[in-house]
Amino acid sequence: MSSFLEVQGLSKTYPAPNRKGEGLTVFRDVTLRIEKGEFVCVIGHSGCGKSTILNVLAGLETASKGVVIMDGKEVAGPSLDRGVVFQNYSLLPWLSALSNVTFAVKARNPKWSREQVREHSYTYLEMVGLTGGAEHRKPHQLSGGMRQRVSIARAFAIQPKLLLLDEPFGALDALTRGSIQDELLRIWSGTGQTVFMITHDVDEAILLSDRILLMTNGPEARVAESVAVEIKRPRERASIIHDPSYYAIRNHLVEFLSKRSAELAGKPLESTGEGDGPVEPRVVRFHPKGPAPVSPSGAGPSEPPGLAARA
Amino acid sequence: MVLSLRMRALVLSVVFLVVLLGVWEASHKGAAAVGELSEYDRLMGTASQEAGVPPPSAIFVRAWEELSDPFYDAGPNDKGIGIQIGYSLHRVLAGYLAAAIIAIPLGFLIGMSPLMYKALDPFIQVLKPISPLAWMPLALFIIKDSQASAIFVIFICSIWPMLINTAFGVAGVRKDWVNVARTHELGSLQTALIVILPAAAPTILTGMRISIGIAWLVIVAAEMLVGGTGIGYYVWNEWNNLDLTSVIFSILLIGVVGMTLDALLAAVARMVAYAD
Repeated sequence: MSSFLEVQGLSKTYPAPNRKGEGLTVFRDVTLRIEKGEFVCVIGHSGCGKSTILNVLAGLETASKGVVIMDGKEVAGPSLDRGVVFQNYSLLPWLSALSNVTFAVKARNPKWSREQVREHSYTYLEMVGLTGGAEHRKPHQLSGGMRQRVSIARAFAIQPKLLLLDEPFGALDALTRGSIQDELLRIWSGTGQTVFMITHDVDEAILLSDRILLMTNGPEARVAESVAVEIKRPRERASIIHDPSYYAIRNHLVEFLSKRSAELAGKPLESTGEGDGPVEPRVVRFHPKGPAPVSPSGAGPSEPPGLAARA
Repeated sequence: MVLSLRMRALVLSVVFLVVLLGVWEASHKGAAAVGELSEYDRLMGTASQEAGVPPPSAIFVRAWEELSDPFYDAGPNDKGIGIQIGYSLHRVLAGYLAAAIIAIPLGFLIGMSPLMYKALDPFIQVLKPISPLAWMPLALFIIKDSQASAIFVIFICSIWPMLINTAFGVAGVRKDWVNVARTHELGSLQTALIVILPAAAPTILTGMRISIGIAWLVIVAAEMLVGGTGIGYYVWNEWNNLDLTSVIFSILLIGVVGMTLDALLAAVARMVAYAD
């Protein structure tokens, strides 16, 4: 069965500075699948190529090896089907918040009337709470949180098939980050958008995602594990921490980031013994009642159907 | 009472002006007070060899005369100051606009294509430092028309700052903004108009301001060479008439017009400026 988004054997090698010898391979053999409507987060240390993977998914960069297939079509170049929110907001500073959204809506729907574009843009600006005059301000007159809200509104407004978020809250203070996470969660649950997000924040990843991909340290980084987060939705910041699996997942992530990401660095993934095909990361699940992680080796039934190793 | 910085600066400017004009006027009165030359002095040539620089009051009177009837035309050597300024502005604007029409698109091309940048850079580096007046003989020979040659000289001197600034501004557009255009599937023309032009506009306007300044500097010299009409010709003509009052008046007028041209472009620059 083919998934909504399939990434197969993706590698990125930058040529050596003097064009001799081996270049720098940032990540290698990245293979993953994302189902429609899934919210997937990627965590890894700086330099593991997370952003490069996201840029390849966006079509802004090309991979050295491997393919990305979305909805049955190979990704080649940027497209309105994939909306991107960058860490530094990437708003056009000479346009008002509203115009930053309308230009995107116009690009998406060239045949819409001015009224339609305006109305649609306002719908999404309202979702992020940016109306009542604030929408006419220029980005530099808005706070960092407000800017990122505009950027999120813009990305949702073009109704892409896949939303790519590159550390969207990395530059925000903790309180602002919290409130925008809540907003993102609320908007996302209303749209059922497929989301691929990069973050450094373990709690953020657990709060938001269905699955968390863990990357080993670069160079030659790999996606080593896919941790399923099966905490019931709708989730809330205050109640999620009381979920029995919350700390088990959290501890697993912290342990991976502080220890195993370095230990596993540069090592190929254990093959599942199915030939030379690209190896998918092993799936880690936590039973809601018991904190012990169940690894897929010898525990086949614990794998969710969509993620089971291909037969 | 505390005045704002602006008001205090204005007061000080007026004080400087009054002092300057006062000293100038007084020194002239002192020189004139030597008195009528005796016949002996005139015969022996012992009078001051220097003709006195006219006092500000005389210049004011001349300015009033000229500006109260700026557009009279009493033949080739006697036209109103408005007509002369008009000729100069016409040449400057014609050469300047022609330069803008070529420099801005070409600057876009150079800024967007590293290949074109490298390929055209040697030409720009050699052509840029040439004094625009050095082109004059060649222009006169090829164009065979002194008026058009003056316009060409303006064209050639104003093209470089606009070209270089446009290329610099376009090449320096943030990659993030270009990526915004790419992820929204904007075509080349749309990317240029929606993202690159507004992003580079402040830098382009800086180039346009430098260019108009240089063009206004050069037109005076060019018109002294080609003659006939224009403020540069007027200055030279009045020098030949030994009418220093008119020379000083026109020098000041050149300054005022140049300042106005710059202020106009500064206003446009403010419109396209953005805070990041």
